[in-house]
Amino acid sequence: MKTKFLFAVLFLFLIAANNSFAKSASDSIQHKKLKPDDVGLKLPEGFHAVKFAEGLGEARHITVTKHGDVYVKLSSLKNGKGIYYLHDSNGDGKADVKTGFGNYTGTGIGIKDGYLYASSDTKVYRYKLDANGKVINPDKPELIITGLLNRHEHESKPFTFDNNGNIYVTIGAYSNSCQVKDRTKGSPAMKPCPVLDSAGGIWEFKTDKENQTYGDGVRYATGLRNEMGIAWNNDVNALYVTQHGRDQLHDLFPDLYTDEQSAELPAECLYRLNKGDDAGWPYIYYDQIQHKKILAPEYGGDGKKEGGENAIDPLVAFPGHLAPNGLLFYEGNMFPEKFKHGAFIAFHGSWNRAPEPQKGYFVAFVPFKDGKPSGDWEVFADDFAGGAQFMSPNEAKHRPCGLAQGPDGSLYVSDDQGGTIYKITYTRK
Amino acid sequence: MKKITSCLWLILLYNGNAYTQTSLAASIANGKKVYQKNCLTCHQANGGGVPKMNPPLIHASFVMGNKKKLIQWVLLGSTEKVPIDGKYYSNNMPAQATLKDKEIADVLTYIRNNFKNKASAITPEEVKSTRVVKK
Ligand code: HEC
Repeated sequence: MKTKFLFAVLFLFLIAANNSFAKSASDSIQHKKLKPDDVGLKLPEGFHAVKFAEGLGEARHITVTKHGDVYVKLSSLKNGKGIYYLHDSNGDGKADVKTGFGNYTGTGIGIKDGYLYASSDTKVYRYKLDANGKVINPDKPELIITGLLNRHEHESKPFTFDNNGNIYVTIGAYSNSCQVKDRTKGSPAMKPCPVLDSAGGIWEFKTDKENQTYGDGVRYATGLRNEMGIAWNNDVNALYVTQHGRDQLHDLFPDLYTDEQSAELPAECLYRLNKGDDAGWPYIYYDQIQHKKILAPEYGGDGKKEGGENAIDPLVAFPGHLAPNGLLFYEGNMFPEKFKHGAFIAFHGSWNRAPEPQKGYFVAFVPFKDGKPSGDWEVFADDFAGGAQFMSPNEAKHRPCGLAQGPDGSLYVSDDQGGTIYKITYTRK
Repeated sequence: MKKITSCLWLILLYNGNAYTQTSLAASIANGKKVYQKNCLTCHQANGGGVPKMNPPLIHASFVMGNKKKLIQWVLLGSTEKVPIDGKYYSNNMPAQATLKDKEIADVLTYIRNNFKNKASAITPEEVKSTRVVKK
């Protein structure tokens, strides 16, 4: 009897030890108790989602006007158009007017001071809006920025604005880790990395000057591999970005990294950027388990050696490869108090975790106070992929990409795999 | 038992091909290993690829098509953006020239007989001759 009891205790202890290891070392994703929703998402108590629009194809970033209308940028043309205007005329929470314009594909879109801005993979255009937030001349945008590099890897050009007439554009690195031959085992890394001259950073331009290119802008921050989430924080007047960390540690360095380590590392990082900052790509990556900047193996690292003395640290280090594609600071009043000033992040979901199961495909929330995280991050909206664990990204039904806040404080999420725009609202009890 | 073996021999002889059923199976089995080690992260276990990034190899005309072109592609990789079944992919395919002739033959035989593809096997000799022509 006694031994049986002892065994049971030992057994329970082992399970607990095992679990806590799994949480802290390999899977730091906190899935709180979320409720299934009738559109297939899981949300916290009191939140509700509707499909504001469907069938948009590759719906990348989105923006919402003061009147609650949505503009979405598409990365593949739908009926020959790359931007859609979506309007809900009967107030049922679903768009019934869908008008396309712009014959170019791309990712970035945003509204500032009476203009709609949209980016292709090399240019940024702007369109004047009327008092109702509608584009006046959809066929004649002003060309604001041109000639940005597109080398068919990390070529999207997401952007955001400050409150001083500047626009900040991500120019992603056209490379995984700055090898002479991209992603090729045994190919040496370049030092210094020439990619950084014209990519792998954030460039600052004027919002109202036509035909600007590299020479007219300023490289605001560098050492940034691919910052798909980019947002201005109005509380502290500063730029924040989310980075897609490097891929293929195991594929390229099988002797240094196991499949499991390669799935979990390196961290996807949320950075606050000041002018002149360097985040260290490609020379280092951030290891969220050791909480250190680690020298990249291409540059002599072994998974333990530290590097990047002058590189900034992330504010939040998420598990590897989750692909943070959208960043938004919540300024609304609809959601409960804890959400105010916090950051929502749309995680597109991984591919580079293979052969391990894929992760991400959710919207996360980080509470903020005075421009700094004030608590642990959590999964806010889950199950975009469609439920059970899965191995390959093409099995996912939806992939979160862009975020925007409606004038009523609702949260919009775009999805570039299923072409859906979700509108998430909260009802106080 | 003996009967079955002799029967098998007959089938193999009847096939008359240098590439017999058993060696095809062995090539596919080895090709799967090469795939897991060198291709899986990008093209995924189910051959479905990654939308917008790495093309699927499922029922792919290029995979089932001209052997020389396919061998050449895998040897050289690609940074040129060419539409694949009408779509563009935002990533580079690394050259696989460091793999041995047999490894390339096996992995291509594997993908040509998997992921809903059906096409003839590729031999190490074919890889070798393509390598020589290359430059
Ligand atoms: C780093 C990611 C990566 C790895 C590793 C990789 N590929 Fe690819 N593969 C790609 C990309 C990206 C393309 C498309 C390139 C383009 O459009 O220029 C591609 C294209 C192809 C194609 C042409 C597809 C078609 O339908 O036309 C074949 C065949 C192929 N890869 C086979 C392989 C094989 C076999 C391996 C392993 C030996 C491999 N790839 C490893 C990324 C990869």
